[in-house]
Amino acid sequence: MIRKQILRYTANQRTNHWLVAILFFMAGLSGLALFHPALFWLSNLFGGGPWTRILHPFMGVAMFVLFLGLVVQFWRANYFISNDRLWLRRIDRVMKNREEGVPAIGKYNPGQKLLFWTLLLCMLGLLFTGLVIWRAYFSQYFAITTIRWAMLLHALAGLVLILCIIVHIYAGIWIKGSVNAMLHGWVSRAWAKKHHELWYRDVTRDERPRRDPPLSKKG
Amino acid sequence: MASQDIIARSATTTVPPSVRNQEEVAKLIDTTKCIGCKACQVACSEWNELRDDVGHNLGTYDNPQDLSAETWTLMRFTEHETDAGNLEWLIRKDGCMHCAEPGCLAACPSPGAIIKHANGIVDFNQDHCIGCGYCITGCPFDIPRISQKDHKAYKCTLCSDRVAVGLEPACVKTCPTGAIVFGSKQDMKEHAAERIVDLKSRGFDNAGLYDPAGVGGTHVMYVLHHADTPRLYAGLPGDPVISPLVELWKGVSKPLGLLAMGLAVLAGFFHYVRVGPQVVEEDELPPLGDPAVHEVDPSVHTYDPKREDRP
Repeated sequence: MIRKQILRYTANQRTNHWLVAILFFMAGLSGLALFHPALFWLSNLFGGGPWTRILHPFMGVAMFVLFLGLVVQFWRANYFISNDRLWLRRIDRVMKNREEGVPAIGKYNPGQKLLFWTLLLCMLGLLFTGLVIWRAYFSQYFAITTIRWAMLLHALAGLVLILCIIVHIYAGIWIKGSVNAMLHGWVSRAWAKKHHELWYRDVTRDERPRRDPPLSKKG
Repeated sequence: MASQDIIARSATTTVPPSVRNQEEVAKLIDTTKCIGCKACQVACSEWNELRDDVGHNLGTYDNPQDLSAETWTLMRFTEHETDAGNLEWLIRKDGCMHCAEPGCLAACPSPGAIIKHANGIVDFNQDHCIGCGYCITGCPFDIPRISQKDHKAYKCTLCSDRVAVGLEPACVKTCPTGAIVFGSKQDMKEHAAERIVDLKSRGFDNAGLYDPAGVGGTHVMYVLHHADTPRLYAGLPGDPVISPLVELWKGVSKPLGLLAMGLAVLAGFFHYVRVGPQVVEEDELPPLGDPAVHEVDPSVHTYDPKREDRP
């Protein structure tokens, strides 16, 4: 039988996503504690300054490794397609909830794709610069100028990552139905068709031939 | 006892307690008088109760090889051949310079872990140190070291405990040749000027005072025979400044970063207020032309708990 709803994310994908999200908040809040004096109080969430310094890099590495899990599963769906250019040109209509003239797009819209690749870039940047400034294990292998560049780029990549996630979270609040897709996995057909029509056509294409055999055999 | 003489405090955006007025002090190290006896190293170790591990002789007089959490001052020896073919033995007592604009303090993320006293002494408060090593990144002189025992940063305190009760630093007290002297910064400058006149009269035309302006001046100063090329003295920086990378990282990027994050959140909130949520009307979807969707599976029994005729 055909379910009325469509599965957008499997249980494993959802778990993976939320593990990355939890680690993002932990690494992010502990990083912000060290980023600006006004936010140093956040170190109390982690048991004080020294614990924040100890835990932050481990949480960051764990976030990176789990994020790779998402990359492996979603990178192919984040290739840009021809419709994406027009979609981006009409981003103003998308922003105003007026969708006439906005082209159909695949499983991800170009904004999500840009976010995906920016996140990957930030994560790689954070990992490599983070290793350089990890005083307990690695800093002794690097020259002072390298460490200074790494400090600056680490802060920059962290800032870009946080800005991206603010946009990401807001998009979830704005587009009703998308948080549910990541919470329990399912979206309505109307949602799929409205927001990701090419993907909707793709996942429902197989349904047609299955109409012929009797759907209801007494079981 | 509350400190009332703190004129700069790490990771603090308000004015620290600073009502007490103090004269700026300075330690003047006259490299031209230094004989490299290392008494200052021993005095430092004794007064501060530091016992570094015994290291290895690597074929130089430098002993130990480098500063550490337990070695806050160190004689660095350089054999310099002049253009005239003479050998000069340049000996520099290395350690914290106590900058007027300390790079360590600018870089430190932990409130109160690094403070600057009104008399110019830059002091680390290990109680507040979190061991991140940002001070090392910020320092133009490569001075702070993280201890492997407690993961706290250490460096020369200019014997702030002794100076606070009117004593000179331990290294000054012990120096047998008077190469290290201590007093008000003004007095030390005058003393240095006399030394430089003397050195110039003895053929050291480039003799001069090392009090680098790039870090706002320092509270540890050197008299150098070759003040035109400080690099000769085991790599003493010619024009030390807080690295522009550190300035950028700890300067504009912090408030601008916070502002950007705040604006992003506000932008989202007001987008929601003005444009509103994007809701899918479930009847927006035209019938699929797929009767299967509307066909009820006979294996599914509907059950309405409000109906009375329940089993």
